[in-house]
Amino acid sequence: MTSHHRIEIENCGTHFRCPENEGVLQAMERQGRRAIPVGCRNGGCGLCLVLVTAGDFKAGPMSRRHVPCGEPAGLALACRVYPQTDLRVRLATDEDRQWSKQQCPAGRDGR
Amino acid sequence: MAISGVLRPGYVQVRVLDMKAALEHYRDRIGLDVVATGNDGRVFLKAYDEFDHHSVILREADEPGMDFLAFKVASEGELDVLHEKLLNAGVAVEEIPPGDMPAVGRRLTFIAPTGHRFELFATIGLDPTGPMVNNPELWHAEPRGMRALRFDHCLLYGDDIDGAKALFNDILGFSTTEQVVAPDGTVIATFLSCSTKAHDLALVRHDEKGKLHHISFLLESWNDIGHAADIMSRYEMSVDIGPTRHGITRGQTIYFFDPSGNRNEVFSGGYTFYPDHPVRTWSTDSVGKAIFYYERALNDRFMTVVT
Ligand code: FES
Repeated sequence: MTSHHRIEIENCGTHFRCPENEGVLQAMERQGRRAIPVGCRNGGCGLCLVLVTAGDFKAGPMSRRHVPCGEPAGLALACRVYPQTDLRVRLATDEDRQWSKQQCPAGRDGR
Repeated sequence: MAISGVLRPGYVQVRVLDMKAALEHYRDRIGLDVVATGNDGRVFLKAYDEFDHHSVILREADEPGMDFLAFKVASEGELDVLHEKLLNAGVAVEEIPPGDMPAVGRRLTFIAPTGHRFELFATIGLDPTGPMVNNPELWHAEPRGMRALRFDHCLLYGDDIDGAKALFNDILGFSTTEQVVAPDGTVIATFLSCSTKAHDLALVRHDEKGKLHHISFLLESWNDIGHAADIMSRYEMSVDIGPTRHGITRGQTIYFFDPSGNRNEVFSGGYTFYPDHPVRTWSTDSVGKAIFYYERALNDRFMTVVT
């Protein structure tokens, strides 16, 4: 049996349950909740950037553009956050987003 | 107008976060065939109705998006002509010798004013699994997944779309088929064709350079669009919007995301374009209908999510 954890979104007091093997964003959407913005749902676009302020989670593959190496602990894309305990989460601020932009040069090319 | 000059989109190189998940998506769901894997881990794929060796290249990286989009040119001679024209227009062109990419001859590469890297090539090997030519059957083996016929086009987001549009139209011989224009005359979006397709490349104005909005695959019919939708639900794929129809191009469509968050489209229909046709113009107050003809409204995600 998969354990479920309680996810609380600080900004709006919304909370919902999320199984350990489901992304926080996907669980929110499936239960008809609206709190975190929904984009690609696959760790690429950065729209669902959050800061996990309490609790433990496992992270799936996330774009380094939005969550660069050496990120402030807890900065993550909600669609790739798999809760291991109850979590408290706040939406990314402009400052969080600014930070993530500066740290990551456009790593393209690869001819 | 193609026939001479630029023929069509050739191949696109896409960055993916996890190759295993990407292969499941592009090979098993969309239905492309893997034709080769490079020493560097890049995987080359093609759709069953394409002759050329590959049309999609997947590269594992820590950030998704598009590395480059290449157009096939009718001949090596035409490639020289375009090279000359680009240089005369002050575009910095790098020539990559043959053999640098499996099956592909020499390539010209340049950065467009939108920050995207484009390539031109004339020579590419044929893959034996391409369409039959003697008393041809429909296919070698029945197509898989969404049954994508071919890689169709890309929509790219970037800042200087006026500059990129001028480059494609004036130097490379594309035509504008449709556009979205703001009241002050600013072109918000432009749709370009080098063939009789309603678009081979689309550009949308955006404050950041070099972003990918979507990579599109051609399906045969509206029925196949429905079949693709069935697959998306069955495998819990991340859907953006659709099935629906565009006002622009009049194509039938679904937008969805690959496992790295790159947007894909399956597309069918659309009108036939000839270069003597007038440009179709949409005003920004009708842009909802222009993009999604049935919903008559844009969804926020469609406008803002790019990789
Ligand atoms: S929704 Fe795109 S990164 Fe999470």
